[in-house]
Amino acid sequence: MEKKKEMVFITVIGEDKKGIVATVATYLYHQNINIIDINQRIMPDGCFVMSMFVDVCDAAVNMEELSLGLEKIGQDLAMSVQVQHENIFRMMHRI
Amino acid sequence: MPFEVEEIYETASMILRQHLDIRTTTLGLNLKDCIDSDFGVFRKNVYDKVCSHAERLIAESARLERKYGIPVVNKRIAVTPVNLIMETHCEPEKFLEMAQTLDAAARDAGVDFIGGFGALVQKGLTRADSMLIEVLPDVLSQTERVCSFLNVGSFVSGMNLDAVNRIGPMLKQTAAKSENAVGCAKFVVFVNAPEDNPFMAGAFHGVGEADAALNIGISGPGVVRSVVEQNRDCDLTRLSEVIKRTVFKITRAGELIGRELAGALGIGFGIVDISLASTTARGDSVAGVIEAFGIEKIGAHGSTLALALLMNAVKKGGAMASGNVGGLSGTFIPISEDSGMIDAVCAGALGLDKLEALTAVCSVGLDMFAVPGDTPEETLCAIIADELAIGVINNKTTAVRVIPVPGKKAGDLVQFGGLLGTAPVMHVNGFSSRQFLKRGGRLPASVTSMRN
Repeated sequence: MEKKKEMVFITVIGEDKKGIVATVATYLYHQNINIIDINQRIMPDGCFVMSMFVDVCDAAVNMEELSLGLEKIGQDLAMSVQVQHENIFRMMHRI
Repeated sequence: MPFEVEEIYETASMILRQHLDIRTTTLGLNLKDCIDSDFGVFRKNVYDKVCSHAERLIAESARLERKYGIPVVNKRIAVTPVNLIMETHCEPEKFLEMAQTLDAAARDAGVDFIGGFGALVQKGLTRADSMLIEVLPDVLSQTERVCSFLNVGSFVSGMNLDAVNRIGPMLKQTAAKSENAVGCAKFVVFVNAPEDNPFMAGAFHGVGEADAALNIGISGPGVVRSVVEQNRDCDLTRLSEVIKRTVFKITRAGELIGRELAGALGIGFGIVDISLASTTARGDSVAGVIEAFGIEKIGAHGSTLALALLMNAVKKGGAMASGNVGGLSGTFIPISEDSGMIDAVCAGALGLDKLEALTAVCSVGLDMFAVPGDTPEETLCAIIADELAIGVINNKTTAVRVIPVPGKKAGDLVQFGGLLGTAPVMHVNGFSSRQFLKRGGRLPASVTSMRN
């Protein structure tokens, strides 16, 4: 039976630069995490935001390890990284 | 993508930049089933029950913090009012030992505060209630994490002035026994105390509750301030609307975490308390929200209207977001824990009289404010009685957490440290109410309480 999807948003916030998507995507590939969708935008306040919608059901790491791994990448890129299960967005932004 | 980048960015910004957090996950525990005629066994039952539940609360809270990327700042325990479980062990030493047991359980399990060392005395004092008040100075000065409350009035019972008259002397003794009188910060006196409030120092597990209940306190003054700043020129109707929408979103986050946490612990989900609660961090200030409305400093004329608008919008947004909104839900306006309130007192914009007026529309009352150490006991009682009369007559919760700091006079600053912040010592009216308070007795309930 196919595993139930476990959908998570990874959000990278900061100043736009080269290699953001490549760095995060490479890390996710190594953790066996499937990227479903990617979107990025410059916000009205000038902030660059890249959001990845990923399925972690087959991930080689748990949520804590994933958060720590991405936090390290965020530090290297000098950007903030948030890892959040999709349910929080569903609760906050959909009735 | 099921969500727009803007929506994801909004949530991320709330957490990363505007201090949105789950302020507390408070597990309410019934301790009545721990009672034993052997006091040693009784204490062991209490210790074991608190520890085992608290450890799971902390572990599961940490898991959800990682899953949703939202900080869960405090994990706390609230217990059955201790006066009820001590009726058959009514000796001062035993009261103190029970407080030490609760303190040890909280420390060993890793929770920062445990609430419920208190009593409901709105109509009168039992022998155990009276003894509890007698030992409070020792409890508050000798334990680190035990929080205490007294409920001395209600809409239907009126106010027990005899109980209020015991509090002034008790606070003075507590102040004398603890450094900078900080023991007083762990005691709050209420009227209309909610039995499911997750916030300390007044949390307790009400007698109408199940064996265990999980209550969540969610905060976010920084989030509300941000949305107010983005709407500088709109009228009050629109301002209320944008606050309501924002509060709806943050309450939903609390509801999600609360339900999932209660499920993981295998207990019932109690309430979400959406209360804008300040911290000493810059920007995490309720005064900051009021000032973003267009008021130069909180305390200026117009502040009561601004706070009323804020309260109303917060409650409406919360009520739409969750069927379980409860506790105190609204806005706290403590002095020492809010940098904007501290600034306003220091600048002379906010005094005790205006603060009392503000509490008529805020969700709790006079909170975390310091007064000179030589304030007479009866004046402390009168400050408390005034504040609580507002609650009794208007059918709302009001409360007082006052700290008379020995050796300090109006205008001095007292550092409590950590979550408790810094308090500017406030000027107190020097005229006496001694003869009035000496009358004692009970303020009869309001005529509007006779609804049966």
